[in-house]
Amino acid sequence: MPEVLKAPLVVEFPFTRSLGPVQSAFLTGLRERVVLGVTTTDGRTLVPPVEYDPVTADDLRDLVEVGSTGTVTTWAWNHAPRRGQPLTTPFAWVLVRLDGADTALLHALDAPGPDAVHTGMRVRIRWAGERTGAITDIACFEPYDGEPAELTGSTGEFADPVGGIVAAARLDYTYSPGRAQTAYINSLVDRRTVGERCPSCRKVYVPPRGACPTCGVPTAEQVEVGPRGTVTTFCIVNIKAKNLDIEVPYVYAHIALDGADLALHARIGGIPYDQVRMGLRVEPVWTDGARYPDHYRPTGEPDADYDAYKELL
Amino acid sequence: MTRDIAVVAFAQTDVLRTTDELSEVEMLMPVLHSVLDRTGLKTADIGFTCSGSSDYLAGRAFSFTLALDGVGAWPPISESHVEMDGAWALYEAWTKLLTGDADTALVYSYGKSSPGSLRDVLTRQLDPYYVAPLWPDSVALAALQAQALIDAGDTDESALAAIGVRSRRVATLNSRAQLRGSLPQGDYVVRPLRTGDCPPVGDGAAAVILAAGARARELCSRPAWIRGIDHRIEAHALGVRDLTDSPSTRLAAERAGAFERPVDTAELHAPFSSQEVVLRKALRLDDSVRVNLSGGALAANPMMAAGLVRVGEAAARIHRGESDRALAHATSGPCLQQNLVAVLEGEPR
Repeated sequence: MPEVLKAPLVVEFPFTRSLGPVQSAFLTGLRERVVLGVTTTDGRTLVPPVEYDPVTADDLRDLVEVGSTGTVTTWAWNHAPRRGQPLTTPFAWVLVRLDGADTALLHALDAPGPDAVHTGMRVRIRWAGERTGAITDIACFEPYDGEPAELTGSTGEFADPVGGIVAAARLDYTYSPGRAQTAYINSLVDRRTVGERCPSCRKVYVPPRGACPTCGVPTAEQVEVGPRGTVTTFCIVNIKAKNLDIEVPYVYAHIALDGADLALHARIGGIPYDQVRMGLRVEPVWTDGARYPDHYRPTGEPDADYDAYKELL
Repeated sequence: MTRDIAVVAFAQTDVLRTTDELSEVEMLMPVLHSVLDRTGLKTADIGFTCSGSSDYLAGRAFSFTLALDGVGAWPPISESHVEMDGAWALYEAWTKLLTGDADTALVYSYGKSSPGSLRDVLTRQLDPYYVAPLWPDSVALAALQAQALIDAGDTDESALAAIGVRSRRVATLNSRAQLRGSLPQGDYVVRPLRTGDCPPVGDGAAAVILAAGARARELCSRPAWIRGIDHRIEAHALGVRDLTDSPSTRLAAERAGAFERPVDTAELHAPFSSQEVVLRKALRLDDSVRVNLSGGALAANPMMAAGLVRVGEAAARIHRGESDRALAHATSGPCLQQNLVAVLEGEPR
């Protein structure tokens, strides 16, 4: 068996997230070098602040300023920073209880080495040069042995509060489609379409995924299907997709390739859109260098009988 | 209506560092067939099917729907999915059987961690406003918890090392485990946690069958009756929690009846050595209890399946007559955020 295919797969998502009143005040405060907490009904101050009490689920809206200095409650030395983390040089992850707060904030501590870090040590915020209203407006913490920082007197009201953040993320994968789909993709290189037959119900699935969804058993017997097929159903697309160089209206269809027991979907060309019909016999049209048929066009054969494809609708 | 519900069969794959040659459904199918074979049931006999997995591991939306091919989902079956460890799918199946809507349930879960970088992938389950933008990885967060335990005097680095060593030594008897035998404790990954304190990253799948009342007795000579099961969650923010304790585990155990009588066996889902310290304390487990004879998550931690494996391992010991009353624990999220406890019993022999 040839090697299983592999390819890089990058998933990136710049989620735009809106903020509630407390989160908005907190992140706007960071932009203005002010740290805000929220007071619970039992008098505790939560930093970072949340909009609902984690114990009672009460609405929390009473903002209170806390210090930009604080105390490490626990730490972990990160000798090999990873992509996206606050510092590119070795640093300590820390939970810091800021002066005036009853809970701790997670961030990074810039320190020369693990011997320079201990629980209970005093630290202060190092502000980022450019601040936008995000947790990364705190560049990191740094060791600090001075007096507790003075408060700015902020009320939590700011001009031009931030209403949202863009939570950008990127994850890198190596995608492998597995044995069955590797065989399918490799066959397309030779402009052939290969499915797999279920040993139990004898149906031929294309593209094959290595399992029969009806019987729940592995499939292994390869079967070449097509190249011709029958349109089982279709729709007319009237809205142009972004970055898609196909004139509308066009037809998108389910096509039962000869010998297959599952319909594939593809675009239909070579015929006016309003003349496509169920039962139309079609064949693939390949373009040079393509890895799958560009579209399917009529073969000129008589239409297939409904009974020939009704099970595949 | 109250019904007695039991785990009647369990199967799992070997847990492997990579399984490139297999799609998820190809990895899963042998386990499904194995667990069905143990009971003689066919897919069509199953009243309810529930699965656990996470799209973030594969990097593809709705990837779990492809895995359904492996259970023969046509003609349509009664089916559900949780975006969590399969232990929570088992909880849903248990409630379904309690209602009387079904007498048997197939529960399965699987995870392939190998396509991505698991430490990075798991950052995406964190608070997206205050935490995820800093990309603290799963080992870093566990290390913060470990240091808190050391500061509290609950453990030290050599005691943590001993947990890792013991787990991998007993795992020599578990042919499915990924890490077995004598292994070096290794270098720091994120201090104070070393390689030996961290779970291996691996791919694997597991499945169990649940059955109610008389049906369970037909399918299994010694069913593992679920005497209680409960799950609880901690506050979302790490800085709000006391990381040296797990009140959610304790509460779940209490509601599951774990403290009513001693258990003889416990399968704990503690991906990091330090988390076993927390769980033993929360569950009041002393040295009379045999803990993680399978090797636990330090020997094999297939994401989304490792918790279900804990229930399955505990049940299998009851099936084999090696335990009469066992506790199974599953966790999800950073620093033991969410915890499930089940108490399983075999009838007197």
